[in-house]
This record gives sequence, C-alpha cells and structure tokens, in this order.
Amino acid sequence: MNLLFLLFFPLVGSLACLLNNRAAKQIALVSSLITLASAIVLLCNFTPDASRQFVVDYPWISQFGIHFKAGIDGISMIMVLLTTGLIPLIILSSFNRNFNNSSALYALVLFMQFGLLIVFTALDGFLFYVGWEIALIPIYFICAIWGGADRIRVNMKFFIYTFAGSLFMLLGIIYLHLQTPGNTYDIDAFYSLNLDAASQAWLFWCFFIAFAIKMPIFPFHTWQPDTYTTAPTMGTMLLAGIMLKMGIYGVIRWLIPIVPIGFMEWKQLAIILSIIGIVYASIIAFKQKEIKRLVAYSSIAHVGLIAAGIFAWNAAGVQGAMIQMLNHGINVVGLFFAMDIIINRLNTQDSSLMGGIAKIAPKFAIALLIVILGTVALPLTNGFIGEFLLLNAVYQYQIWFAAIAGLTIIFGAVYMLRMYKHVMQGELNELTSSFKDIKGTEVLVMGIICALIIVIGVYPKPILNISAAAVDTLIAQVNNKLAF
Amino acid sequence: MNSLIVISILAIVVLYIGLFKAKNALLPVTIIGLIAALVLSIMEWNSGASPIYSGMMLFDNFAVAFSSLTIVSTILILLLSKNYFEKISENVAEYYTIILFALAGIIVMVSYHNMAMLFVGLEIMSVSLYILAGIKKRDFASNEAALKYFLMGAFSTGFLLFGIALIYGASHSFDLDVIKQYVIDRPTGIDPMFYVGIVLMIVGLSFKIGAAPFHFWTPDVYEGSPTLITAFMSTVVKTAGFAAFLRLFSVCFAPLAEDFWMPTLLVITILTLFVGNITALYQTNFKRMLAYSSISHAGYMLFAIVALGATSTNAVFIYAAAYSIASIIAFGILILVKEQTGGENFENFNGLGKKNPFLALMLTISMLSLAGIPLTAGFIGKFFMFSTALAQYHVWLIVFAIINAIIGVFYYFKVIVAMYFKEAERKELTSTSYYKLVLSISAIVTIILGVYPSLITDLF
Repeated sequence: MNLLFLLFFPLVGSLACLLNNRAAKQIALVSSLITLASAIVLLCNFTPDASRQFVVDYPWISQFGIHFKAGIDGISMIMVLLTTGLIPLIILSSFNRNFNNSSALYALVLFMQFGLLIVFTALDGFLFYVGWEIALIPIYFICAIWGGADRIRVNMKFFIYTFAGSLFMLLGIIYLHLQTPGNTYDIDAFYSLNLDAASQAWLFWCFFIAFAIKMPIFPFHTWQPDTYTTAPTMGTMLLAGIMLKMGIYGVIRWLIPIVPIGFMEWKQLAIILSIIGIVYASIIAFKQKEIKRLVAYSSIAHVGLIAAGIFAWNAAGVQGAMIQMLNHGINVVGLFFAMDIIINRLNTQDSSLMGGIAKIAPKFAIALLIVILGTVALPLTNGFIGEFLLLNAVYQYQIWFAAIAGLTIIFGAVYMLRMYKHVMQGELNELTSSFKDIKGTEVLVMGIICALIIVIGVYPKPILNISAAAVDTLIAQVNNKLAF
Repeated sequence: MNSLIVISILAIVVLYIGLFKAKNALLPVTIIGLIAALVLSIMEWNSGASPIYSGMMLFDNFAVAFSSLTIVSTILILLLSKNYFEKISENVAEYYTIILFALAGIIVMVSYHNMAMLFVGLEIMSVSLYILAGIKKRDFASNEAALKYFLMGAFSTGFLLFGIALIYGASHSFDLDVIKQYVIDRPTGIDPMFYVGIVLMIVGLSFKIGAAPFHFWTPDVYEGSPTLITAFMSTVVKTAGFAAFLRLFSVCFAPLAEDFWMPTLLVITILTLFVGNITALYQTNFKRMLAYSSISHAGYMLFAIVALGATSTNAVFIYAAAYSIASIIAFGILILVKEQTGGENFENFNGLGKKNPFLALMLTISMLSLAGIPLTAGFIGKFFMFSTALAQYHVWLIVFAIINAIIGVFYYFKVIVAMYFKEAERKELTSTSYYKLVLSISAIVTIILGVYPSLITDLF
C-alpha cells in the first residue's frame, strides 16, 4: 500500500494545484514534500538486499496479460530518492518567479513526477512504457508554453525525437511479450527469455534508440542543447536532473538484462558512441559563451561517462552510474539554478559581458563554487566517487578509452572553472555592478544543494549500500544468462 | 433486431413530426428513440447465437457491440446538432430522418449473415449519405461532394455486387456459413471465379472505408459536406464499414488469408497509411487534415484484418470507439470555431487556449488520442492493433506504422501549438450546454478507456 501512496500522491497533488491559481506553488511544494516523506518512510523500511520490496500487483488489461505491477529494489530506490528529492528543490527554486497560469505549470510538474515514479518502479513492460510517455507529455507542455524564443520548433523536435524512440521500444516490448510463455509483460518473464542472437540484436536497437535519445548519447543528442536552452529553468532542471536518468535506468533495468547477447554484440559501439559524446560535448562546451548552453553541453559529457560506465558492464560501472545519477541530478539542478539567477538578474546569457560578481555577492559565489567543484568531481565532493568508479569501470574494459574519458574530465574542469572565472571574478562592470546577492528561498535551495554535495562527497557509503546488492545480483544474473 | 425495428420506425415518426412543424420535438424524440434502440440492442447481448430470418441476419455479440457503438456515436453527433441544421436549411426533419435511415442501414451492415443483406444494408446507408452530403442545396462544394460521392460510390457498389455474384457463382450461396464451408471443403481447387470475387469485394469495401488507392473521394466529400455530416461519415459510417469488412473476412475467407488476399491487403494497408499521413501533413485546413487523417486511421484499422486473429474484433472495436469519440470532439469544436471566425484553417485556432481553456483542453485530449499518446483511448487502440499485427509476425508493418505514428504527431500537434502557443485577438466562444455535455462525456470516455480498457475489451 505504501508504494501506491507514493505513486499516486503526485497525481492527487497535481489535481489539487489546479484548484487554486494563487496558492499553486505552495500546494505543489507541500505535495512534493509529502511525496518525499513517503519515500523516506519507504527507505526506512527498506532492506538493502537484492529483493524487490513493497511489490504491488493488480491485473490491468487481462487480455494481454498486462498487470499494474510495481516494486522497489536497490536500483529503483536510488531513482525514487532522486525524483522525490529533487522535485521539492525544483519547485522551491521557482518561488521567486511569477508565471502566467501557474496552477497549470505546477500541475504539470507534479504530473510528470507521477510518470517518472512509475518508470522507476514499474515491473511490467506495458506499465513502464505508459510511465515513459506520461513523463514526456507534461515536459513538452512545460517547455513549449513557458519557454523562450523559438520554443515551438525546438520542442516539436524534442517531442518527435523522444516519441519516435519510445515507439520502437514499444515494438520491442510487444515482441518480447509475444515470446514469453503465457504471454505476459512481467519483467521476470522477460528476464528468463532466451532468444536467439539475431532477435536479440535487433531488439537491442529497439530499446537502445529509445534510451540513447533520452540520455542523450551522441549522435542522438541534437535535440538536447536547444531544448535545454529555450526551456524555462524548471523545465531544464526536470529534463537534466531527472528525465535523462530514465534512459540510463532503462539501460540497466530493461536493456542489458533482457537482451544480453544483443548487448554484447553491440557493446563496443555503444561505449565508443558514449566516449565520442564526452569528447564532442566537451569541445563544444569549451567554445560556448552562453552559460546555459555550456551547462547543457557539459551535461551531455557527464551523461556520456555514465553511459560508458554502464556499457562497460561491471560492478564498479553500474554502482558508479547509480551514485553518479543521483549526484549529477543534484549538481545539475544547482548549476541550472545558479545560471537562472545570473541570467535573470543580468538579462544576458553571454559570459564575456559578465565579471566580478563574487565581490558583491559572496554567498552566491561560494555556493556556485561548491556546485562547480562537485560537477568537476573534486575529491570530497559528491562527483568524485561516481566519476572514480565510472572511470575505473571503463579502465577495466579498455585502458585507452579510460584515458580519453579521463582527459576529457580534466578538460571539463577547465571549461567549468573558466566559466566561473569569467562570470564571478575579474572586474565589475556596468552590467554586473547592480547584482544582488541571493536571499530567501534562493539561499535555502543553494544551501541544501551545497550541503548534499559535501555530505555525499565525504560519506557516500550509505547511498552505495542501497544499490550494491541489487547491482551485484543483476550482473550475476546477466552473466548466468550469457553463460547459458 | 429490435433496435433495427425501433430505428426504422423512429425515422418515419420523425418525418411526420417534421410534417406537423413540431420542430422543437425533433431532437428529443430522436434522442429518446435512439436511447431506446441502444437499450434494446444491449439487451440482446449473449442471446443471439444463431442466424435468424432464414439465415439472413445474425445478432451475435459482434453485431450488438458494433450496433451499440454506432448508436452511441450517432446520439453524440445529434446532440451537437442543436441549432446547427436550422442554420443550413429549412427542412430540418429530413436531416434527422435520413441520418436515422443511414443508421438503420448500418445496423444491417454490422449484423448481416447473408451477402444480400450486406448489399442491402450498404445501399440503404450509401443512398442516405449521398443525400446528406449534398443537403446544402445552394452550396457549390456540397453539391460537388454529393455528385462525386454518388458517382464513385455507385461505381464501387458495382464492384462489390460483381464480387458477390462471382462468389455466388462459385459457391452457389449468399449465406456466409455455406461460403465458409465451401472454402473449408476445398483445400485445393477453389474455382478461380471465387478468387476474382474476393478481389472485387476488397475493392468495393476499400472504397467504403476510404482505403488507398480508393480514397480519392474522401477529402473532397468530407470538406464539402456539412461538418456534422462529415463527422457522421468519418466515424459511424467508417466503423460500420470495418465491421462489415471484418465479419466477411473473418467468417468466410479466413482460411485463404496466407495464400491469397493477405498480401494484397498488406499493400493496401501500407499505402493507406502513407498516403493518408503524408497528405495530411501538408494540409492547412483543419477539416481537410481530419479527412486525410481518417484515411490513415483506416490504415491502422486494416491491421486487424491483415493480421486476422483472436484479438482482431476487439482491436477494431476499441480502435473504432476511440477514433469515433475523438473525432466527434474535433468536429464539434471545429463547428464552433468556424461559426466564430468563418475559417477552418489552423490559424483560426490561434489563442483558443487562453480564451476557452475548456474547449482547448477537450480538443487537446482529442488530438492526443488521435495521435495515440498513452492514457488516452487512441493509444489503447493503436496498442491493440500493434499487438494483433505482431502476433502474426508482421514486424515490418509495425515499423511502417511507427513511422506513420510519428508523422501523425506533426499534424495533430499543429492544432495544439496553435491553441496554446500562438497569440491571436479573439473573443470567447460561446457553446451550449449540450455541447459541453457531449464534449465532457467524450473526453471522459477517452480517458477512461485509455486508463482502463478492460471495461469494454473484456466483453468479447
């Protein structure tokens, strides 16, 4: 019952937001905090072994053996924490803004949370697909209604890309369903299928394209920078902080364990694409003057590393990916929030026009520095442990790939710190001299993010523990299937 | 059977009401009569297992389900018609009567058990539609639509009749069971005449459902006819056409699928999908877009016949239901927008989201359903079709369908983009409470079927 509450409460909150336009922000915040609390209750009752817990299972569309089946294991737990933890922060970060028709905006945000939580807990292929699409519709409207210039074209591209990918995934899911004995959509039935190599190879692509577009992996990334840049900041945070993790989670849960032979066949290509993505995005980020776009490209680079770590498919890689997903979520929300504060106060995106903000806004300067250090994975910040594990995983697979990926991370530090230098240091100018330091909810949001960055950085073990057993079992399961 | 009798009598009663100038009674009497017919139809559920009237008709669950669906759609469309027909013409009673006669033909079409009845039902329906298409006497487009529809329709009826004759020539019967037995008894050595008959029937029926390459009449007829008549044609008539098509092929010709007609129909299906979608993409007129998109929906519905299997009936039923309801919303709102702005183009929808949030939301739900987005009935329809087709290993067909679903998003979202993201000076639209009722019911049904389709799919 607990899980049902967690899954459906955001939907209730979403409807509640529609009731009152003026108090929509507050209703959304309260609703998201209640959801977070229920997630924490689940966490307290959660035993970090490999089993699935809090499973709910109801028949849904009996003709096709579809069930509403959801449950949480260590891997899902991290994703649930990520989603429920970030949504209140994202809502809180918008407290200083006034939106037209804000009740619809917050209702859409919570509706998206509903979809995301279904994706991260679904144990039925059909339910997973439905959640996947439910998460897409609200973000399309958020970005297209409250976004910036050229939003119609950009978001259409985004929608078409992701919708196209997910339809191929649907094809794959229905095909798998027809292969299962007794025709079900149950994930365990999918896991125990032993398809021949040829089917696995094309099924791999059905799923891979959907996930690769979502993450995004080079060369499926072209929708991403434009969408991130034109989206309202809340939309960007949702996209970068949570939504792209749907793709990564999908690879771990729905791609590799189901078609391991197909995966092994295309593994090298997948890793190479991921690493090309890291290098390519880093180079473009290095050239960017628009700060929001820079963060968008840096996000592609970071996700590329996570993807490479997963595709290397060893315990370090998957564990690294789990914790890095959480950390990337926290950091990228912090970064986009900081960028939003700057852009909103200076009315420009161009970093070459800025400078000296640190002198007059010390609180903001410290907070942004901590977030950037977390992003570039300095030891004792949260980014370090994840990137360390991920690089380790790639190293175990291929030393040269690890070298390229590692160098790029150094490169990443260069452009992030350079951006910090341009924006925050140097001389004040006419534009920046009136910059006001952060206050109120801004301090609260940045404070929470900085605290998380440091706490997780110093002591990441509890989080690693949540998913460790589940990850080990999953890898063992795949190895068994391959040996078979 | 009782529902057919009620509808036929109702049509005549309505004509007399018109004669005595009791205009205000027209709509209530029609609606109450149709509700009675609906109830009678549903009461026959699970009761008519064997053919009646010397094997002419068969009111099995298939017939009951499709009769009920067409009656419900007709009720919804007629509820939208309050004050609509009065503006076009003096003779309002004739509209209701002819629509009811068309519906009577449709009931025959979904419950025939004899080729002769199929032909009779189809003709009752078609002749009524020729009149309805041209009912705006002084409107050039309406006249053109009627003439085009009549000429093409008569031609296709000829094909159908010739097909029936050839099949009769080979099997010596019009009865579906006898024809079925004829096919089963002869694993080899079926008369070539029989095959030619099947092909001619495919041509005739493809015309009626607007499948490519026999679709050329659809856009002009849909555009020229009064909008509510277009709504009737693209929902109720199309549903009936598919029910007739499915019944014929699943009962009589199923054993010949692999060897003979399936490849032909596969080509027709793929052609229909692409022609409908790609042409719809280039339309600037909303009504014309709906016309072309209805061709592509015919393509999706053909999946069930191409991949004839256990779930085919269910798939056609839920797809037809989803498509009908969503189309009724779309056409209903189109009527309001046209009344206010005088145009039917996408620009005429600009800014609707701000001024009429309710109407915009309804139309959005309808468009999402037509595009096949989850949580709407349209998605469940597509899902059933995809599952049915994949169960017969038509993987490539699904790949084509996916490409088409993606194209579909482009033009369905054009309306959503216009309503929400484009600004325009416009006044608030006023709509009657009938309108709000129909739109809300349709939208709620769309969502309910999208979330929990077992409500109706478990019936079969």
